Amino acid sequence: MNKKKMLGIPYFIWAAMFILIPLFMVFYYGLTDKNGAFTLENIAAMALRGHARSLWRALYLSFAATLLCLALAYPLAMILNSMNIKKHSFIVLIFILPMWMNFLLRTLAWQTLLEKTGVINSLLGLLHLPPLRIINTPYAIMLGMVYNFLPFMVLPVYNSLEKIDRNIINAAKDLGANGWQVFVKVTLPLSLPGIISGVTMVFIPALTTFVISKLLGGSKILLIGNVVEEEFTQTSNWHLGSGLSMVLMVFILVNMVLSAIFDKKGEGSAL
Amino acid sequence: MKRKFCFLLILSIAFPYLTGCGNSQTGKNGQVVVYNWGEYIDPDVLDLFQEETGIQVVYDEFETNEAMYAKVEAGAVAYDVICPSDYMVQKMIENNLLAEINFGHIPNIENIGQEYLAQCRQFDSENKYAVPYCFGTVGILYNTTMVEEPVDSWALLWDEKYNDNILMQDSVRDAFMVALKLKGCSMNTLNREELETAKEDLIAQKPLVQAYVVDQVRDKMIGGEAAMGVIYSGEVLYTQRENENLAYVIPKEGTNVWIDAWVIPKNAPNRENAETFINYMCREDIALLNFEYITYATPNTAARALIEEEEIRNSPILFPDLGQYGNLETFQYLGAEGDALYNNLWKEVKSE
Repeated sequence: MNKKKMLGIPYFIWAAMFILIPLFMVFYYGLTDKNGAFTLENIAAMALRGHARSLWRALYLSFAATLLCLALAYPLAMILNSMNIKKHSFIVLIFILPMWMNFLLRTLAWQTLLEKTGVINSLLGLLHLPPLRIINTPYAIMLGMVYNFLPFMVLPVYNSLEKIDRNIINAAKDLGANGWQVFVKVTLPLSLPGIISGVTMVFIPALTTFVISKLLGGSKILLIGNVVEEEFTQTSNWHLGSGLSMVLMVFILVNMVLSAIFDKKGEGSAL
Repeated sequence: MKRKFCFLLILSIAFPYLTGCGNSQTGKNGQVVVYNWGEYIDPDVLDLFQEETGIQVVYDEFETNEAMYAKVEAGAVAYDVICPSDYMVQKMIENNLLAEINFGHIPNIENIGQEYLAQCRQFDSENKYAVPYCFGTVGILYNTTMVEEPVDSWALLWDEKYNDNILMQDSVRDAFMVALKLKGCSMNTLNREELETAKEDLIAQKPLVQAYVVDQVRDKMIGGEAAMGVIYSGEVLYTQRENENLAYVIPKEGTNVWIDAWVIPKNAPNRENAETFINYMCREDIALLNFEYITYATPNTAARALIEEEEIRNSPILFPDLGQYGNLETFQYLGAEGDALYNNLWKEVKSE
């Protein structure tokens, strides 16, 4: 057998076992009822009041978190790009460093920070300042999303900015463009692939998260991820859980199509 | 050729580990796979058991009955001993998931008080499947520095004065128990109207609730994070040791008397070891160790007699005289449809 093909075999087995078969199972469960008969009910169930509300809530929270991430990450990426190489690798390290710690622990730490009698409020109390009351509200969930997913926005945006040829910017300046015009007409369009891939990498995990809403939302704010999780762990209705996650896949597909359109060369995805 | 040989060699070394058949991993008398509630056993007891019996314990934990059931039903892991609560034991019996216990192998059952075995017959009608491990009530734990009025009713959990200061249980049956008992209904009701009212009450309560939690009630109450919370009586002793301002009350509308019991699933691979384990748990000194560690009341009368502090041995909170209340109930399994009804209503509450 061709040696190169041989090398591909482990990957193929991996993909079959951990991507194709689970995906097939999700589709199987999602499209059948308890007796194994074909049904679309599990998918239509997304329209039920409780499900639709939690989907809507997850959509707007993750959308807001994505925008916030972008607003924070873009200027940072520009600053990084303008720094010399020694300094910026240090800053990138600072951003990646928290990711060496477990995701759950980092989120749990925010719970301890934000609690009524938590670290932040004790400090505010010492300074006779009014307490911060955001734990168990949508704001805390959004904070958790932004905090956890920000690096996924910074890195692709920074990557695409770094790739822009300085000569193009100099040429634009030579032709009389001012700073704002250079940004809008040259830098921004050229960094679009990075933005799109950053948006995908933040929006998708934020949309489907259930841990952040559970820990920072006090289980009071049900997101669609929580609904799916509880169908599997609490109610043991795998059919409904799979059906609902199939609907979520539509949003992921839309996002992928969008990034395919904007990111034809695959620039932004190269981390 | 050489490469193939290497590959085979690696495979032959790795195989026993991959399949889990190797003897090197288990004790000399095999193993027992235990599935228990989180923080629900003295870890030293497991070491003692391993030393004395030569049976290796593989230990796994769950947070709610429902999560446990989903995992056991899926059959991904074959457990030998599980510790579900009353209604879940009943559900597992009805769905044919449990094996009858051979009580010939469990002589220490003598240590268990007759009244608790009688209580067990509510869900295990002939005492064939379950050996009680812990029991208790559900009530309100409150912080005496934050609550001024006398606490004696579930209605206090709807008092707007305690906005953002109330902790509710994040589990469907416990949450509905509170709302149903408040209105004087049975917590095993399938009456649509009663359940609809309970749902509306829970939705009305939601803005006042700080968080829906399970095990975290304990830590949050100790930390003074909330004024009151719905809690299992077994947590009271521990929380009071950590924070002396906490008090526990069984509301006058009645509550849930629950029993967690050891059962053996039908697909248990090491049934005899499972029975050895259950028998060991019923030994009075072991039950006492567990009681002192987890502080949940034990139905083991022989162990209770060994408790040194009289205050604890005769505590009306830990060991209530069940006869003195007229409105105590034990959860029953409501069937697949009843479960679905409760779950859907609970989802409506949570997604509101």
